[in-house]
Amino acid sequence: MHDMSNELTTLPKATKKKKSSTVIEVDDIGFSYDHGKTETLKGISMTVPKNQVTALIGPSGCGKSTLLRCLNRMNDLIDTAKITRGAIRILGQDIHAADVDAIELRKQVGMVFQKYNPFPKSIYDNVAYGLRIQGVKKKSVLDEAVERSLKSAALWDEAKDRLKDSALGLSGGQQQRLCIARTIAVRPKVILMDEPCSALDPIATAKVEELMLELRRDFTIVIVTHSMQQASRISDNTAFFYLGELIEYGPTTQIFTNPSVKQTEDYISGRFG
Amino acid sequence: MTASENPFKAKRSWTQFRGKLGVGTFGAATYFILFCAVLIFGQIAYKGLPTFFKSEAPYVNTEFFTSNPEILRVWHDAEGNKFSMPDKDFDIWREKNPDAVILDPHALNYSAGGIAGPLVGTALLVFFCMIIALSIGISAAIYLSEYCGKGRIMSLIRLSILNLAGVPSIVFALFGWGIFCHAAPVIVDHVDERSLFAFSIGSSYLSFQGWGTSLLAGSCTLAIMVLPVIITACEESLRAVPGGFREASFALGSSQWQTIRKAVLPYALPGILTATVLGITRVAGETAPIMLTATSTDKTDMPMQALQNEGVWAFFTQSVQALPFHIYTLAKLPDDPLSKPMQNGATFAFLLLVMGFAFISIVLRNRVRKKLKW
Ligand SMILES: Nc1ncnc2c1ncn2[C@@H]1O[C@H](COP(=O)(O)OP(=O)(O)OP(=O)(O)O)[C@@H](O)[C@H]1O
Ligand SMILES: [Mg+2]
Repeated sequence: MHDMSNELTTLPKATKKKKSSTVIEVDDIGFSYDHGKTETLKGISMTVPKNQVTALIGPSGCGKSTLLRCLNRMNDLIDTAKITRGAIRILGQDIHAADVDAIELRKQVGMVFQKYNPFPKSIYDNVAYGLRIQGVKKKSVLDEAVERSLKSAALWDEAKDRLKDSALGLSGGQQQRLCIARTIAVRPKVILMDEPCSALDPIATAKVEELMLELRRDFTIVIVTHSMQQASRISDNTAFFYLGELIEYGPTTQIFTNPSVKQTEDYISGRFG
Repeated sequence: MTASENPFKAKRSWTQFRGKLGVGTFGAATYFILFCAVLIFGQIAYKGLPTFFKSEAPYVNTEFFTSNPEILRVWHDAEGNKFSMPDKDFDIWREKNPDAVILDPHALNYSAGGIAGPLVGTALLVFFCMIIALSIGISAAIYLSEYCGKGRIMSLIRLSILNLAGVPSIVFALFGWGIFCHAAPVIVDHVDERSLFAFSIGSSYLSFQGWGTSLLAGSCTLAIMVLPVIITACEESLRAVPGGFREASFALGSSQWQTIRKAVLPYALPGILTATVLGITRVAGETAPIMLTATSTDKTDMPMQALQNEGVWAFFTQSVQALPFHIYTLAKLPDDPLSKPMQNGATFAFLLLVMGFAFISIVLRNRVRKKLKW
C-alpha cells in the first residue's frame, strides 16, 4: 500500500478541476430497516457533482449500499424500511415529495448491481427492456438505442453479431457491461453502481473502469467499491463511511494522499476494515 | 512406501455394512413400487387393449371412441346359438328377420357402443376446471408472493391454503353440491320454487337457485378442489425466480405489474406448468365431486348438441357424462362376460387420457424450460 501515492499521481483522472453543478444533494439523511428502531444511516450529508465519479468506500456493513439504494428509492421495496430524517434532492427535487413517482425517479437514476443480473433473454431484448417498458415499440428507435447503448458500454464489437443470442452466453465481464448498457439505454441522468466489478477478473474490471471514465462525460456516476485502487483510479470524489456515518468526504486525491481524519487514513492504508 | 502400507485401505466395519443395508432397502423399495406400477398398468393395458381393436378392417374399433354407451341385447335361438347386438342394430335385424326365434332375451346396460360421451365430458370438465383454477390460482399466487407482506395474517392464510389441500374430495363434493348446484345465482324469467331468494332486475330475476347438476357446477367444484395445489405450487415457482430479475426490472423504471409480467411470470412458467400437470392428474381422476355435481346417468346426447341447439348457457348448465363415473357405473353392473370389454376398454382409455394430459404438460414445460435457463 505504500506506493499508492506514487500510483495516484500518474493517473489521468480529475486533475483539472472543472466547476461542476450539483446533481444529488443528501441532507442529513437517516435511514432505518426496522421501522425506525435502529438507524442504519445516521445523518448523512453530502453532495454529488455533475459528470463526475463519486466513490463510496468503507468497511462491510457500514451502509454504502443502503445509501445508494436510497438514491433511487429501491428501499421502498422493503416494507420495514423507513427514512427517519433528512431529505434527498436530485436535480433540485426532493425525491420523497408526495408528487414524486418512484418509477419516474428510477428512469432518471439507474442502477447497476454487484452481481450482474441480465434477464435470460437475448442481448437485444435485455438492452431494449427499459425502453419497451416505457412503451417504445418502433423497431428503428429500439435498434438505434440498442446500438448506441452497446457502443457506450464498449460491448458493441463483441455483441453485434449475436444480438439475438441469449445474454447468458456472454462472459461475466460482458454480462456486467450488458447490464450497464441496459441501464444507459433509458438515458438516466445518474448511474448508481454497487460494487460493479466485485464478480469480475482484473481484465474485465479494467474494461469496466475504462468505461466508467468514458461514461462520466454523459452521466453522473456514484459507485460503491471495496477496492481502494479502484476508487483512486476512477473517482473524482471519495466518501468514507463508517458504521452508518459519513466520516470524510472530499476530492479523491485529497482523501487518499492527505486525509484529515485518522480513521480514514487507517482504513485506506489497510490498518482496519 | 510399499503397497502393504496403503493408507487408504478399506476397513470392514459395522458402519459400512449398515450403509450397504440402507442403500439396499431404499433400492428394493423403489423397485417394488416400480414393479407394482408395471403390474397394474400392464394388467389394465392387457385387458383393455383388445377393446380398442377389432378383427375386421380397419381393425381399430372407432365406434368405441365415437359413439355413446348403449344397451347390449342378448338372446339365443332354438338351436342354442348365442346372439348379442347393440340396441340400435337390434331393431334393424328384427325387421330383416321377423321369424327369428328369440329365447331368453335380456339387456345389458352400457355394454355396447362406446365411451364418446364420457370421454368428451371428462375433457370438458378438466378443461374448464383448469381454466377457472389457473386464473384464480395464479392471481392468488401472484398476490401472495409479490404483493402482500409476511405478516401473521398472511401466514395464517398460507397455512389454511396448505391445509385445504388435504381435505377429502367428498367434502369438496358436498360443498360444491350445496353452493353451485343449489345456491349459485342465475338470471331467470321465472323463479324456481327451490330458489333460496331472488330479486327482480328489470323484467328478469336474479335468483339464487343454483346451476343444477351441470358442467359448470362440476368444473367449479373441481377447480375449488385443486386450487390449494395450484396456488401453493405457483407461489413456490414465483418465489423461485431470482430476486435479481425483480430488482433489475424495478431499477429500469418498471412498475410492479410490469415487473411481474415481464421479469417474473415468464420465468415462473415452467413451475406453473408443473402445477398444471399436478392439478390435471388430480382432477381428471376425481369421482366423488363430479358424481354429486356434474353427472347424471340418464344423459345420453353429446355435450355439443346443447351448444348448437340452445346456446352457451344451456351448454354450461347441462349435465355431462364423465369417464371416472362411467367406469364406476360399469363396475357395478351385474357380472357378465359380455360387459367386460367395455369395462376394460373404458379403464384403459381413462388411464391413457390422464397420461396424455400429463404428457402434454410435461412436454410443454420442458420446451419452456429449455428456452429459459439462468
Ligand atoms: N434488507 C435489509 N434488511 C435489514 N437490514 C439490512 C438490509 N440490508 C442491509 N441491512 C443491514 O444494514 C447495514 C448496512 O448494510 P449495507 O448493505 O448498506 O452495507 P454495505 O456497506 O453495503 O456493506 P458491504 O460492503 O458488505 O456491501 C448492515 O448492518 C446490514 O446488516
Ligand atoms: Mg453493499
